[in-house]
Amino acid sequence: MRIRVKFRKYGAMKFIGHLDMMRYFQRAIRRAQIDIAYSEGFHPHPLMSFAAPLGVGITSDGEYFDISVHSTDTSEVSLTRLNEAMAEGVEVTSYRRLSDSDKKAMSAVAAADYELTFRENYEVPQIDYEAALVSFFEERDEILITKKTKKSEKTIDLKKLVYAFRIEQKEGRPSFYLKVCAGSEDNVKPELVLREFLEFHGLSFSPVSVQVHRIDVYANINGALKSLGEIGEAIE
Amino acid sequence: MKQLALSDEILLTVEKPARYIGNEINSIKKPLDEVKIRFAMCFPDVYEIGMSHLGIQILYDMFNKRKDIFCERVYSPWPDLHKILKEQKIPLFALESQDAVREFDFLGITLQYEMCYTNVIQILDLSQIPLFAKDRMDGDLFVIGGGPCAYNPEPLADFFDLFYIGEGETSYDALFDLYVEWKSSGESRREFLRRAAGIAGIYVPSLYQAAYHSDGTIADFSPVENGVPKKVEKQVVRELSDAVYPEKPLVPFLQATQDRAVLEIQRGCIRGCRFCQAGMIYRPTREKDVETLKKYAYLMLKNTGYDEISLSSLSSSDYSGLKELVSYLIEEFYGQGVNISLPSLRIDAFSLDVMEKVQDIKKSSLTFAPEAGSQRLRDVINKGLTEEVILEGASRAFAGGWQKVKLYFMLGLPTETKEDRQAIAKLADRIAKCYYEIPKEKRNGKCQITISSSFFVPKPFTPFQWAPMYEKEHYLNCAKTVNEAVKGQLNKKSIRYNWHEADVTVLEGILARGDRKLSAVILRAYEKGCMFDAWSDFFNYDAWIEAFEETGVDPGFYTVRERPLDEILPWDFIDSGVTKEFLKREYAHALEGVVTKNCRQQCSGCGAGKYQGGVCIENTG
Repeated sequence: MRIRVKFRKYGAMKFIGHLDMMRYFQRAIRRAQIDIAYSEGFHPHPLMSFAAPLGVGITSDGEYFDISVHSTDTSEVSLTRLNEAMAEGVEVTSYRRLSDSDKKAMSAVAAADYELTFRENYEVPQIDYEAALVSFFEERDEILITKKTKKSEKTIDLKKLVYAFRIEQKEGRPSFYLKVCAGSEDNVKPELVLREFLEFHGLSFSPVSVQVHRIDVYANINGALKSLGEIGEAIE
Repeated sequence: MKQLALSDEILLTVEKPARYIGNEINSIKKPLDEVKIRFAMCFPDVYEIGMSHLGIQILYDMFNKRKDIFCERVYSPWPDLHKILKEQKIPLFALESQDAVREFDFLGITLQYEMCYTNVIQILDLSQIPLFAKDRMDGDLFVIGGGPCAYNPEPLADFFDLFYIGEGETSYDALFDLYVEWKSSGESRREFLRRAAGIAGIYVPSLYQAAYHSDGTIADFSPVENGVPKKVEKQVVRELSDAVYPEKPLVPFLQATQDRAVLEIQRGCIRGCRFCQAGMIYRPTREKDVETLKKYAYLMLKNTGYDEISLSSLSSSDYSGLKELVSYLIEEFYGQGVNISLPSLRIDAFSLDVMEKVQDIKKSSLTFAPEAGSQRLRDVINKGLTEEVILEGASRAFAGGWQKVKLYFMLGLPTETKEDRQAIAKLADRIAKCYYEIPKEKRNGKCQITISSSFFVPKPFTPFQWAPMYEKEHYLNCAKTVNEAVKGQLNKKSIRYNWHEADVTVLEGILARGDRKLSAVILRAYEKGCMFDAWSDFFNYDAWIEAFEETGVDPGFYTVRERPLDEILPWDFIDSGVTKEFLKREYAHALEGVVTKNCRQQCSGCGAGKYQGGVCIENTG
């Protein structure tokens, strides 16, 4: 039986990297006495796979992993036990059974929502953000940029890979909302989009000035985006 | 959620920010208005090393069980953060509350190896407290040291207000009670130290004074005031099964060097190897009750979620309940995805049987620590392992499918000759021969024998505490002899040899048997940028040599000189349980090549019998 677990990551826990989070949850699941299944061999490991790695420093309301279990309690009981085993800064928010036909979290990932804000101690560039967004995004047919990876350079079109981009003002400071393509192919980092936006308008961008927050992760179900957390069903 | 001491910008700039945020599973939080003592417990090395240390976990648990104490942790900031803290003048902070260490009542620093001494200075410096104890005033915290290196605290004496000699479980309560009483009394800082010196196991360096002969040796070492004890007695837990032990050890987010549940099965060692300080200072050997250990194994695994548990002790094969305990762990936990990680055990039918169950034979290797190549030299160091036993163990293991063997030796031992060094290679060759005697069709390719050698460093409270060390070149020549001898063996293609650095050995030797004059050298080395000396990437021998030159201290005085038996040694004021008469007797036996029996075979009258515990009272009931 496969279970999908959704969790939030905030506060100091944003400094815990992806591999450390995986090890953290392996232990938390043992502490919570979830009846997880193990691989064979001399060094059996729990059957657990994460949806989309989250970079160090990023907070999130929508993190996912799938586990295989031999048996399970209800979603409610399992959630309580898991949350009792959490460190401050991680909260498990959903525990649902997947059906056999549901794709694995990792291969299902198609898009993700992000919110980007300037950190409190950074001055915000004073421009007309609404107009700036129109000229950067709405009015253009393609936004070609060069994406550098360790091995190669690749030209991508942000117009195709950024599904939504809006800016809201909160207490006089802009919040940037982005829905971008995610997954193993054409994964778009939201800070890359913000950099392009600011530099398009002649402004500089420093990665450390921005707090990135992941809101949710989506699968593509028959052409429509659906939150990974809405797949599967609660266990009563 | 608490405010972190470091900004996001700093944490996102440094390597592994998780080292500095605390918040680990089973870490303790307490409301500050309910505590009377704030204790910062420090392991002066990087987080991943410090978090692996069992002693701190025990004391952390024990201190925090007291309602009036909040014990937090501190580790050495890595050089990247060190630079930022210095530049931005950010005071070093404890992980739990993220508050500056200088606001605490105590800073406790564990001294596990000599090569962390510059890191001790780093901790004091970054904490922004006076480096020298004499410069600390009313309102400053007290710096207390402990751990094995506190058995010769003198090189660090100027930096510490107090040292705790021996096992922490016994006297800390008395010290804390005294502190609470003193704090409300409004008496002077010195008054607290004076009264603390009266507690068993507590050494207050500022209350003692050393006078020197013109040749630099100690003429006199004694208290500066009446009422301060002449001798400081090491502390021993008499009944280990009843001692506190963490049921909920801390679980780090980062992968620590020891990233598993650790079960301490016994303390001390019956063997009496003459080079081994742990084997002397942790006397008498005391076992924990098997049922107690089973209970702790269960609780620790449940409370941590670890998927691995390891047993910890010296010479684990001597633990009388080993079979029962290991069988229980395998039966109870192995099926649930919990790895049983075995300490190095004597290779016999039992250990091979267990290893076969829990390890992948193709990948795992057998470890032997003969320490010396020839039987003559093994008798000198009182290492009971014979060639016959090694070859028998190896043959048995080869027959069972193993093909990798690791061998550990020391070079530069007292009385060691070229023949003894060459014997290392010959022993390895004989082990390889055992493997190739197995019919070809039954073995799986070549065997791999790895010889590792370190250079011997004489330690206080061992029979070799008077022995001379050598110059760096001598050590390298010793290694060269072994290397050439390996190349001359028939099975040389199956044998690999690697050896440790020599210059770090020389420095370790100086600090291990040093006196108060070394405080100046350590500080100067730190000022020259020395830190993380235990890390070969950072160790800067030339800077240390300059520090010696600039402070006018001769390294040779501490290394190549053979100390006369009647010399006052810097650590003589400590009563470690083993008597000086015993150590002298053992040194004489060593030079004659006479073996001393282990504690279970026959009592050798070392002096630890006065504690009336463990192996010393096994037969009397």
